[in-house]
Amino acid sequence: MLLKRRRTRGVSYLSMLFWPAVDSKEGAPMVDLLVNGRRHTLDVRAEAKLLWVLREQLQLTGAKYGCGIAVCGACTVLVDGAPVRACVTEVGSVAGRSIRTVEGLGGDHPVQRAWISEEVPQCGFCQSGQVLATVALLEQNPRPGERQINAALRGHLCRCGTYSRIRRAVHRAMRLMRETPRAARG
Amino acid sequence: MRRVDRRTFLKTSAGAGGALVLGLVLPGCESDSEAAGSPVPLQRDSGADALAPNAFLRVEADGRVLVMIPSAEMGQGVFTSLAMLVAEELGADWSQVRAEHAPAHAAYANPTRKRQATGGSASVRGFFMPMRKAGAVARELLVSAAATRLQVPAAECRAEKGFVTHPPSGRRITFGALAGDAARLPVPTRVALKEPAEMRLLGRGAPRLDTPSKVDGSAVFGQDVHLPGLLIASVERSPRFGERVGQVDARAAIAIPGVHHVLPLEHGVAVVADGFEAAQAGRARLRIQWQASTNPAPDEAAAWQRLRAALDRSVPMRDDGDAAGALAQAAERLDAQYEVPFQAHACMEPPSCTAYVRADRCDLWVPTQVPEQARWLAATLTGLPEAHVHVHTPFLGGGFGRRLEDDFVAEAVTIARQVRAPVKLLWTREDDLRHDFYRPASVHRLSAGLTDSGAPIAWRHRVASPSIVARRFPEAVRDGRDKSAVEGAATLPYAIPNVHVGYALVDLGVPVGFWRSVAFSQNVFAVESFIDEVALAAGRDPYTFRHELLAARPRLQQVLDLAASRGDWGTPLPPGHGRGIAAAESFRSFVAQVAEVAVQDGRLRVLRVVCAIDCGFIVNPDTVVAQMEGSVAWALTATLKGAVTLQDGGIAQSNLHDFPLLAMDEMPDVEVHRVQSAETPGGVGEPGVPPLAPAITNAIAAATGRRVRRLPIGPGDLA
Repeated sequence: MLLKRRRTRGVSYLSMLFWPAVDSKEGAPMVDLLVNGRRHTLDVRAEAKLLWVLREQLQLTGAKYGCGIAVCGACTVLVDGAPVRACVTEVGSVAGRSIRTVEGLGGDHPVQRAWISEEVPQCGFCQSGQVLATVALLEQNPRPGERQINAALRGHLCRCGTYSRIRRAVHRAMRLMRETPRAARG
Repeated sequence: MRRVDRRTFLKTSAGAGGALVLGLVLPGCESDSEAAGSPVPLQRDSGADALAPNAFLRVEADGRVLVMIPSAEMGQGVFTSLAMLVAEELGADWSQVRAEHAPAHAAYANPTRKRQATGGSASVRGFFMPMRKAGAVARELLVSAAATRLQVPAAECRAEKGFVTHPPSGRRITFGALAGDAARLPVPTRVALKEPAEMRLLGRGAPRLDTPSKVDGSAVFGQDVHLPGLLIASVERSPRFGERVGQVDARAAIAIPGVHHVLPLEHGVAVVADGFEAAQAGRARLRIQWQASTNPAPDEAAAWQRLRAALDRSVPMRDDGDAAGALAQAAERLDAQYEVPFQAHACMEPPSCTAYVRADRCDLWVPTQVPEQARWLAATLTGLPEAHVHVHTPFLGGGFGRRLEDDFVAEAVTIARQVRAPVKLLWTREDDLRHDFYRPASVHRLSAGLTDSGAPIAWRHRVASPSIVARRFPEAVRDGRDKSAVEGAATLPYAIPNVHVGYALVDLGVPVGFWRSVAFSQNVFAVESFIDEVALAAGRDPYTFRHELLAARPRLQQVLDLAASRGDWGTPLPPGHGRGIAAAESFRSFVAQVAEVAVQDGRLRVLRVVCAIDCGFIVNPDTVVAQMEGSVAWALTATLKGAVTLQDGGIAQSNLHDFPLLAMDEMPDVEVHRVQSAETPGGVGEPGVPPLAPAITNAIAAATGRRVRRLPIGPGDLA
């Protein structure tokens, strides 16, 4: 649906055309965001995309801009535990909900440890999204089969081609998460 | 240990930086606020408590070792492999080693390229000796300092795991505790390098230094650079190549809240705003009249017609014997034409550049493969001396040749000159796909002649394509002869007595650039497909046919044999399955691949790729594996997924929905087998790419009898 809207040639940021010509922030309600357990009250438009609010307002740059049309997955963050594409998610739609970014995993999460053991990243640009999609998958289903792994990760593109290692790291993370009590995770 | 004359080291590592670079000593880390922002060379400070005997490394008083990496880390693992070279000779403890991008400076020129550029799979090749010598110089200084302190002969001391030890007495001192003393010693005149048997890191491997930061989100890419007061810029360019800005109506754009400036550039209009979204909103409201190009790009069909027509006026690039005569007399003659499309780089991170131009200095934070070129360009655009331009290199979210270009640097500096604030230029994915420097499209016409006993006696290969070198270094192309455009074709490795290779340069008005493995990516597809066709026409097995013709090329023959044996060549397969083989030398390395595919109901699955590589002496074995895996994914994307096509003077694709990339569930099993070798290191980043496409199409031919001669493979090619 989104892709259809953007299939026209030339600059096609249709949503941008509805950008207010006058500053509508005045008098507009503030947006409350709960990010990695911290509450932020922000003076931003409700239509602003979560990705740019995280990156530009909160300096959380782990989520990346890769395509802007929810195809590549580099902007993935978790909202109430589910992966969402922050590049097309309006902040107003996630106000008050629990948002987790890669920074919120703490660096020692079993999925991150598995990623390090398998030496997954090359350039690394897509890896925050890959890691978060895996966290969401394994929190929902501790023993996914290949079909479920593919379904969870096929929408996360990696131009360096680290896919074989991602698959191995998912399996390693499954083992680590079974061995790690939930409370000890980031 | 082999003795190495220090003079060689001076020449190799210092380059135009001269003697100032070697023997420089940085101040201690606690007191170096001055030094931190300075470019090399730095001034000598004899009161130092850190040791920095050359431009490549510094041993801190706390024992940490900082290695300055002259190449760009874009995923290929160069932070780790180059730091390993230093750490090995130094005897460092790997857990204390850190890596940082070196600034832009001639001292960091890659010896194989004479400039600071990361490309051509040349980082380990170029820095194999200089980085090791840098580590060895520091080791000698630390050992001397320890010997003096312990009052023992230096010959009785060893540097290992971050200590200088004196085995006879069992005493040891940390590098950090010795750094200050070592910094005051004269740089040794001769240093010794380790023999392979003495090595602890090289050839064995070490954990990548950049992995943790790329997994916890703290790695800073170009897109992530942040400075106080930073503004965001975005540039609207013509959808058609070569057009210039005419009339601009910016009133609606400047009225957008958050938009600060609208700045016309030569080929686009920049919107400078508080943030990315405001900049995009401004762009969407610009009204721009474009001035037509003097060399507009043709549409897709016309482009292919021009390439095909050009084949008849190709100029000779290689002539062995008399290919035309031998073809005329051959008992059997084969002809085939192959076509390979334009391709985009589509690095996961679109181009970006942050620039801050002040009266007396310019700072760039730019993910680039050419920091020295960026510095020169910024100096030229600002009028500042090059020494006043400081290039800071964050991580590159992919490079693949795209960031050998400086177009986005020019834009950022031009914008920042007109704004009293640091400006981060961000390209959108649409900008990236529509304004890339594309891998050229090419047409290949091949002919071969066989004797009545099936021996190949003639080979003719004509290539028509736009020339990258003619665009980038026009003076290097005379009479339409671009040697780089026929790499992999003119370097035909097979023993055939009569060979002609010709090239026809065709300027299609499409910007072309270096794309992972460059012309090898197309020429090897044609060569390795056609040699397969010739083998089959001769009634021969494609592997043994190649093997026999490679008798004079033992390293290529060895990887061919290794791939065939590990790839189970010749063993039975289920119906609809097939194996294909291909091999090539590129960037001083030798790679062969066996691909196994299944074709069922017109649908292709690539099941397995067995890859054999001889890249000489291996520094970090896991990186070689990773680069082969990545090369397979890269080449498979171009083989299966898509292409860039011309339309209305620009390209038809606009984002990753219509320029699709390989996805995880399309990745085949990749097995990598490395030849143990003591030869000089070869390249690793690119050589895995060229054989993949022909290995796949050869496998399709084996499975179905259908020969694919045009990439990417379409559904109609299979059923």
